Amino acid sequence: MRKLLLATTAVVLTAGFASAEDIKIGVILGFTGPIESLTPDMADGAELAMAEATASGALLGGSTVISVRADSTCIDSGAATAAAERLITSDGIKGIMGADCSGVTSAILSNVALANGMVMISPSATSPGLSTAEDNGLFFRTAPSDARQGVVMTEVLMEEGIKEVAVTYTNNDYGKGLADSFQAAFEAAGGTVTINAAHEDGKADYSAEVGALAAAGGDRLVVAGYVDQGGSGVVRAALDSGAFDTFHFPDGMISAKLVENFGSEIDGSTGQVPGTNSEGAGIFATMATAAGFDGTSPFAAESYDAAALIMLAMQAAGSSDPAVYKDHVMSVANAPGLTINPGQLGLALQAVAAGIAINYDGATAVELIGSGESAGNYKQVQYSDGAQVTVKYR
Amino acid sequence: MTDILTAIVVLANYVFIPAIAYGSQLALGALGVTLIYGILRFSNFAHGDTMAFGAMVTILVTWLFQSWGISLGPLPTALLAIPFGIAATAILLLVTDRLVYRFYRQQKAAPVILVIVSMGVMFVMNGLVRFIIGPNDQRFADGERFIISAKDFKIMTGLKEGLAFKTTQGITIVTAVIVVIVLFWFLNRTRTGKSMRAFSDNEDLALLSGINPDRVVMVTWIIVAALAATAGALYGLDKSFKPFIYLQLLLPIFAAAVVGGLGNPVGAIAGGFVIAFSEVLITYPLKKVLKYLLPEHLEPTTLVQLLSTDYKFAVSFSILIIVLLFRPTGLFKGKSV
Repeated sequence: MRKLLLATTAVVLTAGFASAEDIKIGVILGFTGPIESLTPDMADGAELAMAEATASGALLGGSTVISVRADSTCIDSGAATAAAERLITSDGIKGIMGADCSGVTSAILSNVALANGMVMISPSATSPGLSTAEDNGLFFRTAPSDARQGVVMTEVLMEEGIKEVAVTYTNNDYGKGLADSFQAAFEAAGGTVTINAAHEDGKADYSAEVGALAAAGGDRLVVAGYVDQGGSGVVRAALDSGAFDTFHFPDGMISAKLVENFGSEIDGSTGQVPGTNSEGAGIFATMATAAGFDGTSPFAAESYDAAALIMLAMQAAGSSDPAVYKDHVMSVANAPGLTINPGQLGLALQAVAAGIAINYDGATAVELIGSGESAGNYKQVQYSDGAQVTVKYR
Repeated sequence: MTDILTAIVVLANYVFIPAIAYGSQLALGALGVTLIYGILRFSNFAHGDTMAFGAMVTILVTWLFQSWGISLGPLPTALLAIPFGIAATAILLLVTDRLVYRFYRQQKAAPVILVIVSMGVMFVMNGLVRFIIGPNDQRFADGERFIISAKDFKIMTGLKEGLAFKTTQGITIVTAVIVVIVLFWFLNRTRTGKSMRAFSDNEDLALLSGINPDRVVMVTWIIVAALAATAGALYGLDKSFKPFIYLQLLLPIFAAAVVGGLGNPVGAIAGGFVIAFSEVLITYPLKKVLKYLLPEHLEPTTLVQLLSTDYKFAVSFSILIIVLLFRPTGLFKGKSV
């Protein structure tokens, strides 16, 4: 009897390895910390893609994808590294959907992913520094580099006729990278940056920082910060002291929370956030609503795409081994091939299995360039009458 | 002439009004620290978190009042809730004293031991506050936001620069003045106040003349609770409430108390304003002010800023060290540290 049990177990095990398996994918996002109001929708987006692939039964012979969440904290590299380490060693994940903020993403990449040969696809790390970071072909991102965002911001402001701005940024990799790339682009286009000053997150009072920004002057204040942190504090202090009436908000500030915090006080301000009006974006938003979360929340769509790319690359490689499937991420994401929208993951998986090339467009019209980062589509927004209005897409 | 006026308005908007409000908050905090130092003879590191606790109770009661629809019209509802914050803080401090400090007092423990003990109390209180209200920002201000807003001021005067005076800044200053007057009246005119000062000046002599030490200690804690809860609530109202902010506030508060002279209430108030004004003035770029004051060709091209705003806390540190080096008893004769 005992022998029989052992034998059947062994058969099940080998069968499992041969075809269907339980594939765990880590979702490392800052569920606590300065962008905690964005991350729940991001994680839901990634898990929606996983559920879709599992339900299709087409992934690697009917494998099930299981999401394992971990907290990157967005700012504490030590905690993020430990979380990633745990996912790999004790949970045995096959890929990382994350991390979110640039600082913790590069910490996880250099300390954990490289050492363990783990593929990472970040939905929201936008620091230009990550384009040139050593990654052994393991790191990709469905978010564009901030070098591109700096150019888009410049275009938006120039079209508004703004030639002189003050810039304040949150003192970390994301803020500094974005502020510097914006300053370079803005000055190249003939604009003037009167001051480019950092602010620290987590303070009660930003009136001194705003005093310096006001002294330097400018037509508009560019706030490259976080909405749940110092960014909102700076805006509050600037409005209270009458230093600036209108602002320009990059992606870290665009959130429902911003409108909730300031209402019509920021009327006339502008901003941009990665986004597209492609067919896929609309489909994704509908799917998200049906699944019970907000698909238009920043980086939710990028998260869906990041998770989808990991699974499609596995299918193309015929293996869930990161060392094997890392070489297939670029080919499934880009042309030529059958264009894939959100909700068509099952179809895509079958096509790949049948040897047909695919071009994954997904929710954000994914096009990976350079070392594996999104070419970048942006949604330009404006604030009027206490509401956020989409102007156009770039 | 308008240029000079505009320059004054700019300075008032970015330096004087914020510094006076901040100075009042520091002064109230430093008064609490200095009273404990003078009468109970130790530096109370838990003071910042005592302020956080008082502010937290005030916030919770404010929310309760708001849900009942009670308000003060243009004034923030929190003013009504401060007495409850004071009462709860007083209970907390008296319980802490009974459970912790009294033991060390009876042992006649050295002040340095009490300082370490107060650090332990600080961590417990900080944990308590975060446990009850959470580590996040809480907003509880309501009523009219501005006594005069920058936009209104520009329209009213026709000047190019605005002057904003927030309701919370006004309330902070007025409350600080009232609290200080009441405190000094109490210390100088009432029997209990006099016995407290006697106890502070010479403990043995005070005991010989029949002053009840337990009563002095109790009254001190209650006054400290009133000062801490008021300072904490005003700071939270004017800026924002977050438990960790009060931990950061400890440094400027101690700097204020030491600069003024530990144990000397007048010194604590002066110290509060010295610290507040130096922090704000040293990190404020004068470019805009000079632009209005100087003739056009002399207009500065740089920011004319002595220190970047990142170094704000370094200012209080430096002043603290300079005072300790050259005048250990502080500007007003306090006790040597």
